[in-house]
Amino acid sequence: MMRTVVVAGHGMVGHRLVEALIGRDLHRQWRIVVLAEETRPAYDRVALSSYVDSWDAETLTLPAVLDDRVELRLGDPCVRIDRRKRTVRTASGRRVHYDALVLATGSAPFVPPVPGYDLPGCYVYRTPEDLDAIRVAAQRAMRTTVAGRRSGVVVGGGLLGLEAAHALRQLGLSPHVVEIAPRLMPMQVDEGGGALLRRFIEGLGVRVYCGRATAAIEPDRGRMLVRLSDGTELDTDVVVFSAGVRPRDQLARDAGLPVGERGGVLVDSSCHTSDADIWAIGECAAVEGRCYGLVAPGYAMAEVVADRLLGGHATFPGADTATKLKLLGVDVASFGDAHATAEGALEVIHNDPVAGRYAKLVVSDDARILLGGVLVGDAESYGTLRAMVGAVLPADPGALISPSGGELDAGALPATAQVCSCHAVTVEAIGAAVRDGATTVPGLKACTKAGTGCGSCVPMLKKLLAAQGVEQSKALCEHFTHSRAELFEIVAATRIRTFSELVTKHGTGRGCDICKPAVASILASLSGVLNPGGHILDGEQATLQDTNDHFLANLQRNGTYSVVPRVPGGEITPEKLIVLGEVARDFGLYTKITGGQRIDLFGARVEQLPAIWRRLVDAGFESGHAYGKALRTVKSCVGTDWCRYGVQDSVGLAIALELRYRGLRAPHKLKSGVSGCARECAEARSKDFGVIATETGWNLYVCGNGGFRPRHADLLVSDLDTQTLVRTIDRFLMFYVRTADRLQRTAPWLEELEGGLDHLRDVIVNDSLGICADLDAAIAAHVVGYSDEWRGVLEDPAKLARFTSFVNAPGVPDPTVEFVEERGQPTPAHRRPGQPVLIAGPTLTVVR
Amino acid sequence: MTAQLQRHWTAVCRYDDLVPERGVAALIDGVAVAVFRTHDGVLHALSNMDPFSGVSVLSRGIVGDREGRPTVASPIYKQVFELATGACLDDPSISVRTFPARVLNGVVEVCSV
Repeated sequence: MMRTVVVAGHGMVGHRLVEALIGRDLHRQWRIVVLAEETRPAYDRVALSSYVDSWDAETLTLPAVLDDRVELRLGDPCVRIDRRKRTVRTASGRRVHYDALVLATGSAPFVPPVPGYDLPGCYVYRTPEDLDAIRVAAQRAMRTTVAGRRSGVVVGGGLLGLEAAHALRQLGLSPHVVEIAPRLMPMQVDEGGGALLRRFIEGLGVRVYCGRATAAIEPDRGRMLVRLSDGTELDTDVVVFSAGVRPRDQLARDAGLPVGERGGVLVDSSCHTSDADIWAIGECAAVEGRCYGLVAPGYAMAEVVADRLLGGHATFPGADTATKLKLLGVDVASFGDAHATAEGALEVIHNDPVAGRYAKLVVSDDARILLGGVLVGDAESYGTLRAMVGAVLPADPGALISPSGGELDAGALPATAQVCSCHAVTVEAIGAAVRDGATTVPGLKACTKAGTGCGSCVPMLKKLLAAQGVEQSKALCEHFTHSRAELFEIVAATRIRTFSELVTKHGTGRGCDICKPAVASILASLSGVLNPGGHILDGEQATLQDTNDHFLANLQRNGTYSVVPRVPGGEITPEKLIVLGEVARDFGLYTKITGGQRIDLFGARVEQLPAIWRRLVDAGFESGHAYGKALRTVKSCVGTDWCRYGVQDSVGLAIALELRYRGLRAPHKLKSGVSGCARECAEARSKDFGVIATETGWNLYVCGNGGFRPRHADLLVSDLDTQTLVRTIDRFLMFYVRTADRLQRTAPWLEELEGGLDHLRDVIVNDSLGICADLDAAIAAHVVGYSDEWRGVLEDPAKLARFTSFVNAPGVPDPTVEFVEERGQPTPAHRRPGQPVLIAGPTLTVVR
Repeated sequence: MTAQLQRHWTAVCRYDDLVPERGVAALIDGVAVAVFRTHDGVLHALSNMDPFSGVSVLSRGIVGDREGRPTVASPIYKQVFELATGACLDDPSISVRTFPARVLNGVVEVCSV
């Protein structure tokens, strides 16, 4: 008989409990009823600020737990607990019996009771709906004609307050931040770090008022006036409260459960309340009297309860309140005993306001043990330092934080050090995973979950893999010890133009089906520079190509090919559409519309391909790359020409982009899309590079993926004019082409890129590596050098001669290719895939 | 009386027409045969039929080597076959038939027996 656990609340922590319990309840002991107050399933509230980039709440959604044991009731919160009958009542009046009840109701924003706090125009910062309301208010303010800048006041200068300031800035308002403590982020950083942080923040146009309280908010001629305790008056259009949170413990209070001194459902270290059947986790819980306003401790509590429900004895290990974040582009990190509260603790400080770098380590009185620290401006060493808290330092603390400081050795970490605080994964657990066969960062992510939360520990995972002696072999294959990126650099630098020369000088043997196409791709990517006017089938290059590139069409399971004529942006005239129909009919080709807004013609035999291309070329088509590691299509919606909602000409841009990048050879296929408005009908965010129109220009999203591991593309830059957009895409593509591994799509490439999206932006927007001129030149050479590859075959008798069924019987079609009719079209005659097929042997001629 | 196999050679193409490290398909007594010329000039002929997919395509595979042994990779599911023996190096239980090949007066010939 299954028992029922009711989870009150579907925030990040409630969701984690569901995940953990379903994941471990192998004997199906529990069914789970989740009662959610919000009408959307659990989402990543930590990333709430990113909502202003897309205004698409879907992007925040956490992966759903799809399991028949889970019943999720949205918009129907638990309103009452009857402990005697062990039932809860929901807002809709439903009664649910529980064997165990877990309170995960989170917290509510604290709004200081200043006069005027409830005026229209005052908001909190907690849900996508809050941000929607702030956006509407900001837009309304933008439309008013009062003189002066439109502005917003943020009450509270902590982490959330600075994120709110960022959001207001994105909405076009001038942000003011009011903080009652003498510095910003008083919980995380010390005075020195706070001072540097303030300089950074003010440099971005945010006005900061520390050491002052908000005294009153008054309506003022359609706007508001915010009075501070020192008499300062601020004109504003919007007020956002982000002055901390309070646990939502009313359910427990009403049920007679004890609460902590400062609120929060009182629980012991097993997260049990005083009622043996009721637990509390996350921000609503006061573990031994203490509440935690961070997600990591909440996750740890969820894991404890999941374990206990299954008969385990886990206890809350105490929280790691370490944080690393990027606020308005500024790195801030704080870990361990950041404020040096331990007895005898020493502070070692490196403060360089010129370079914009502040670092403090808190160490034991003998300066040997690391206790905590604060980093502002440069938090690169955070991962290693945080994991080292409690351990003996490998070097002098001053040396560790000086800019020229020694590289921290991941191997020096103690086994119990926590690498991933989001999922509480220790060095020891990583080691065990490596011994069980995980040899890559994605492998570690899959089996330990480390690195799948905030992702800040990914560089650390790489170091640990290296420290564990896992050779991250970059060798392409047995013929080259180099990675694809290294071979690319070799070819670019040495201007070697043939595979033979490359494998002789830098490899061994004669190559294989792995390295040959990879090198062919590199040579083709660089052909604009190395070999202008060349063709991918010139000379020895022909022998390197995969069959698709060799025959410039898509090999299908029965040995025939499909032809997918290029239809840039999916725009096609009726005349051309008729030509495609005629070609398909005349050559007996199966015809299907593709997902990339093209028409796929299947079943062409090798010897038919040139004749098909001839018909296409004569009608003004070229065939297209539906094969090969190259740009496939740029999908588009219909845009401003026709759509009532479009704000830019998405079709025109899609055509221009497809024509610009067609034929560009890359480590893997490249897909793109352009949407004419935020409704995103072209699904651009599932593409390697996607463009979405805004009122004033284009937003560029990169490294999206459909397929096996879907990934939404990340916003790289916003509101670009067309010229800047194209230049940015040029650089993005060429940087990817130069540095990615073989068969690595842009999405995993970005995930493995050190520094991630910020680094990518630095390289191609800010030119931090000084390579943008090279990238620009390489793309320019490609664009100038592109020619119709299919026409190139038609015009060269030697290349044309390869398109034959049998070299000694060119008129005889392959007798093994057979078709049957399916739904009115030819399809391959049935064969069992993946199994050896018995082939009739040849007839023996026997002479007596 | 002893049965005696008669060697019957079929012309394929001119040797110079073969691109080193790329195959061609030829019809030898009704059977499709893949003919390869490796970088060192040696000729290899094997059944064109890929036993894993049942499709006549081995001549379109990429030629290379594995641990020094010349190979071709099936273009369908990429299994690798040794050119000299027809043995599949990825699955020892599978092999494809090989055929004798020679050059006579500049013309490549393959024997069906």
